[in-house]
Amino acid sequence: MTRFSRFLSMGVAVLLGASATADEFGDPRAGAKVYSQCKGCHQVGAGATHRIGPHLNDLFGRAAAGMEDFKYSKSFQRAGASGLEWHAETLNAFLENPRSYASGTRMSFRGLKDETDRRNVIAYLRDFSDDPANIPEADPTATPTNHDIDPAILALQGDPEYGEYLSSECTTCHQASGGDDGIPSIVYWPEEDFVLAMHAYKNKQRQHPVMQMMAGRLSNEEIAALAAYFKNLDN
Amino acid sequence: MTLNRRMFLGATAVASAALAAPMVLADGHGKPRVVVIGGGAGGATAARYIAKDSKGAVDVTLIEPTRTYYTCFFSNLYLGGFKQMSDLGHSYGGLAASGVNVVHDWAVGVDRDTKTVTLAGGAQIKYDKLILSPGIDFVDMSVPGWDITTQNAMPHAYKAGSQTELLKAQLMAMPEGGVFAMVAPPNPYRCPPGPYERISMVANYLKNNNPTAKIIVADPKPKFSKMALFQEGWANHYEGMVDWIGEDFGGGNVSVDASAMTVTIDGEETKVDVCNVIPAMKAGRIADIAGVTDGNWAPVNAANMSTNVDPDVYVLGDASQQGDMPKSGFSANSQAKVCANAVRGALTGSKVFPAKFSNTCWSLIAADDGVKVGATYEATPDKIAKVDGFISQTGESADVRKATYQESEGWYSGITADMLG
Ligand SMILES: Cc1cc2nc3c(=O)[nH]c(=O)nc-3n(C[C@H](O)[C@H](O)[C@H](O)COP(=O)(O)OP(=O)(O)OC[C@H]3O[C@@H](n4cnc5c(N)ncnc54)[C@H](O)[C@@H]3O)c2cc1C
Repeated sequence: MTRFSRFLSMGVAVLLGASATADEFGDPRAGAKVYSQCKGCHQVGAGATHRIGPHLNDLFGRAAAGMEDFKYSKSFQRAGASGLEWHAETLNAFLENPRSYASGTRMSFRGLKDETDRRNVIAYLRDFSDDPANIPEADPTATPTNHDIDPAILALQGDPEYGEYLSSECTTCHQASGGDDGIPSIVYWPEEDFVLAMHAYKNKQRQHPVMQMMAGRLSNEEIAALAAYFKNLDN
Repeated sequence: MTLNRRMFLGATAVASAALAAPMVLADGHGKPRVVVIGGGAGGATAARYIAKDSKGAVDVTLIEPTRTYYTCFFSNLYLGGFKQMSDLGHSYGGLAASGVNVVHDWAVGVDRDTKTVTLAGGAQIKYDKLILSPGIDFVDMSVPGWDITTQNAMPHAYKAGSQTELLKAQLMAMPEGGVFAMVAPPNPYRCPPGPYERISMVANYLKNNNPTAKIIVADPKPKFSKMALFQEGWANHYEGMVDWIGEDFGGGNVSVDASAMTVTIDGEETKVDVCNVIPAMKAGRIADIAGVTDGNWAPVNAANMSTNVDPDVYVLGDASQQGDMPKSGFSANSQAKVCANAVRGALTGSKVFPAKFSNTCWSLIAADDGVKVGATYEATPDKIAKVDGFISQTGESADVRKATYQESEGWYSGITADMLG
């Protein structure tokens, strides 16, 4: 707990404009490595857009659920409305245990238990906030192109009505509300990420036996239909 | 007795008399009507999906006597001390809010000629499509010495609720070093891993509270679901506590005496402190009354869960005889969605998509030691047939087992929301 509060005061000091060095704040280069755990869902850097999660440019000082063009969970909408803002202190608490901090978040991430990891990744993210001129070239972005999927498959337009029927097989486990306890949320994903994830299970590149089995028997059209449906699911 | 007479009447005289009764809504005009009997994993899901997806175009009535649905799934975790009874209870408020007319009563008669369901309270309800998902009842005298009048002394706890609480109270009241006996059911029965998850949870409770107690299981089967995983878990967590007597050692040759609290296995009588008798099972009685069973279960068509004898009557879940799917809440929920799509299509002309089924059953062996087994299925002309499956491996890491348990908690939230809104 003492380490935690020491860190908090450093974070606050930085926000207040005290001359904290990058060293005290955390090492952004080490943070870039930690960030590889985030980049499956979040883009940051030049040209970053919303993917499964919102982009993280200009995160510092942004209100929670603060960008209009992203569908946030209800719990973050409430937190934002009641004044939660992102900065070192709040990010630190959130990243330590995302679900205990915002119980309804759709972010399927267990959190960073290691304080140094959190300090480093926060330092890394801060580089994309304070001074946009420093933003490096768009390197660490989401990973959709890691898997080789035929562009024709990605281009398929799914039938959302069929997707709705097929989705009923998913909602036995994945809550339609986006709730996330033990089983990740799958609502509001961009179609491309959804399709890539399902094909990665189908091809056994992603490692979950239930999902490998479920995706294994879905045709390309069926995966496209599901993606089209879940993208817009409103509850 | 009166119930029996009613049932006969339901099928003949009352129903034809009912044609003239004003209480019966005329068919032939108005919205198409679906009546669902049983608000469990199968029935609640079917009612909710038809109401939700038809957006008011179909009238959906659900008949379910209980006000609170206690899930059998996770009821073993309550025995083990991992869940509270209140975690297992769910109201029907969400279904009512999604447009389902929820009637708390028993269905006591079904007349398939006039398409009428009779309730214990006397009301009669007409249907265009009838969906039965009444779960299970027990086969009389399948365990000599046990019947429904002895279920207080020797609970089955295989329909969740007061029976589950009773079994837990008996477990807690066991004397130090006492004996807990289970009489396991023959195939087919609801939740194949259920009895063995229960043994694990009882052992977990005893290990923490009464570590010199013993558990004996008399089993009419030579092997059981996830056997290697359970046996590994029992050896790891509860060494020397569980004595499983399978068919080879006379586990199927069992009788009980509820007043003496004895169990006789293959001629050897043992005095026990708790005896959990899980008898042989059959489809819930109303399926018999509706005349859609053949033997203990109701055969159905894999494509849409309609019965072989009546295309307007469907049977879901445990009561159905469908082929390869295990009798589980997950299966019942999966079948319900296929059925809902077909029923809605037949009544409103909406698109009917090909049947796809799936199941996964998680079991908890000890704290954070979860395992799972699952499969996908498709409809073939003769049955629901297995396509592909998987099962947890013995010797998995603690992390994998913990993640598996956490997944089961996610599934529980998911399926209860999917059933009841
Ligand atoms: C200990 C235990 C553990 C289990 N664990 C799991 C698990 O982890 N995962 C899993 O998937 N499954 C599990 N199951 C199995 C699961 O509970 C059942 O397979 C599932 O509930 C079957 O659904 P159903 O709709 O057929 O019947 P039910 O869910 O039993 O619903 C039947 C309903 O019909 C009502 N009913 C009956 N007769 C009438 C009538 N005449 N009129 C009106 N209503 C009527 C009943 O009141 C009841 O509410 C477990 C079962 C047990 C016993």
